[in-house]
Amino acid sequence: MKLVVASGKGGTGKTSIAVNLALSVGARQVLDCDVEEPNVHLFLKPEKPSRKPVELLVPKIDEERCTYCRRCAEFCQYNALFVVGEAAMVFPELCHSCGGCKLVCPEGAITEKPRQIGTIIVAESRGMGLIYGELNVGEALAVPVITAVKEQAEDDGLVILDAAPGAACPLVETVHGADFCLMVTEPTPFGLHDLQVAAEVVKQLGVPLGVTVNFAGVGDQGVYRFCEREGIPIIMEIPYDRRIAELYSRGIPFSTEMTEWRGKFRELLDTVEAMIR
Amino acid sequence: MKQVTIMSGKGGTGKTTITGSFAALADEPVLADCDVDASNLHLILNPRVRETIEFKGLNVAEIDLEKCTRCGLCSRLCRFNAIHEYTVDPVHCEGCKVCVVNCPAEAISFKERVCGYAYLSETAYGPMSHARLTPGMENSGKLVTLVRQNAAKLAEETGRELVLVDGPPGIGCPVIASLSNVDAAVAVVEPTLSGIHDLKRALELLEHFGVVPSVLVNKYDLNMENTASIRGFCDEREIPVLGMVPFDENVTKAMVQVQPVTVYSPDSPASLAIREVWDAFISILGL
Repeated sequence: MKLVVASGKGGTGKTSIAVNLALSVGARQVLDCDVEEPNVHLFLKPEKPSRKPVELLVPKIDEERCTYCRRCAEFCQYNALFVVGEAAMVFPELCHSCGGCKLVCPEGAITEKPRQIGTIIVAESRGMGLIYGELNVGEALAVPVITAVKEQAEDDGLVILDAAPGAACPLVETVHGADFCLMVTEPTPFGLHDLQVAAEVVKQLGVPLGVTVNFAGVGDQGVYRFCEREGIPIIMEIPYDRRIAELYSRGIPFSTEMTEWRGKFRELLDTVEAMIR
Repeated sequence: MKQVTIMSGKGGTGKTTITGSFAALADEPVLADCDVDASNLHLILNPRVRETIEFKGLNVAEIDLEKCTRCGLCSRLCRFNAIHEYTVDPVHCEGCKVCVVNCPAEAISFKERVCGYAYLSETAYGPMSHARLTPGMENSGKLVTLVRQNAAKLAEETGRELVLVDGPPGIGCPVIASLSNVDAAVAVVEPTLSGIHDLKRALELLEHFGVVPSVLVNKYDLNMENTASIRGFCDEREIPVLGMVPFDENVTKAMVQVQPVTVYSPDSPASLAIREVWDAFISILGL
């Protein structure tokens, strides 16, 4: 089963819940799909890490063959090619690697070369597979790195994916093809607003979802009313507890010290399994 | 005109709480919410929308099955794995046009799609530019650029000298768009290992794009050791720490009351600290 832990709003506890769930139930793999700011490896120390580059093919123009006809630049939807007078320029950081410029060039002047935009790290941690990605600083496109992380997912066993915050393309890429999405939120107006938009994405993708309310007891009742109205089950509540926050701040998964939580995470998984059956 | 971005690598560190308070403390600001897919600033500034602008992102391909000869070339050429069974999956289509120009039967059209809306609004503290990306859409970077352009326009129209930009989390395309041509940035960090890890990447990003950095430690009393390590790290790199804001439940209470915390409880510990941070920040900006 591929289980995504997601949220619209950042800082609601996705990584904490993904890691504590994985440890409590003994997941096969944990995939950190927040490649802009990966954090899982701060809680699950990577053992035997190996690094693999994530590359995109970007155009390379052979100036000997180029006649500066501008067809490539006119074709490119991302403004990654620019031809002015007798100069043709490539802006690789804007390129989405669609390969179209190479196909439209009448002179065969465009070839493609790989360009590294990030890295994935494949490791083990506490008997589980740990895979995370790192988008290079200054690069715009997170999705190809997320795709590279997801390619490492095993077909069998429990694979837990930690998503990036937000409700745009990184969330879509992470949730696509998953069996279940656990949305983590906080019971505040910010948490509610972002849960609503992120839940809409997950529903569009046809992935069943449930909600975990973190920092329960602060804020208001909006999240609970929304879930009731939409028929979204609230699978677990974690109260605001300064001890959990302190353990988190030191990179310690709270269920390893507050062991009563292990059973609750196992129950959470039982509930999810019953829901998708 | 000065433009400043309140950012953080990690989500949920308090960017919007800080931006909302700065909005109330600043002298005639223009506000811009650049978190277009999970926007929150409007929840505390309560804008009245004056103008709504359709945002068209990249086009999307569409196959006319009457003309399609089922040759399968489009699906082989598509690098985004967006064409299955002679149908384009709009969620994965990145609007590159490769299938459109290469279809031998000319069966594929290229349709505009509305990917969200940009808004020009009024708040109690000044004009506000914000947006809503249709959930799940691409191109949040492009919509962020539109929000920035609209904010600059509002500043020009109203003769205001300061644009406060609430940035999205992360370091990818929408963040880059929220930082282009700004005069300075405040990175909001919480004293956790995750927060420190993400702050380092965020500061690298600021350096990469030549943006003047500064740091605010939020909920600093959560872990004093980590707070000291953030200070040490910033001192070594000569990055100014504008101040430290304590954990304060008035912040959540203010959010529930739809108000900046400095307005809801001006004498609360968080509000007093935010006011000090603001004074330090405007002196760096030379305002």
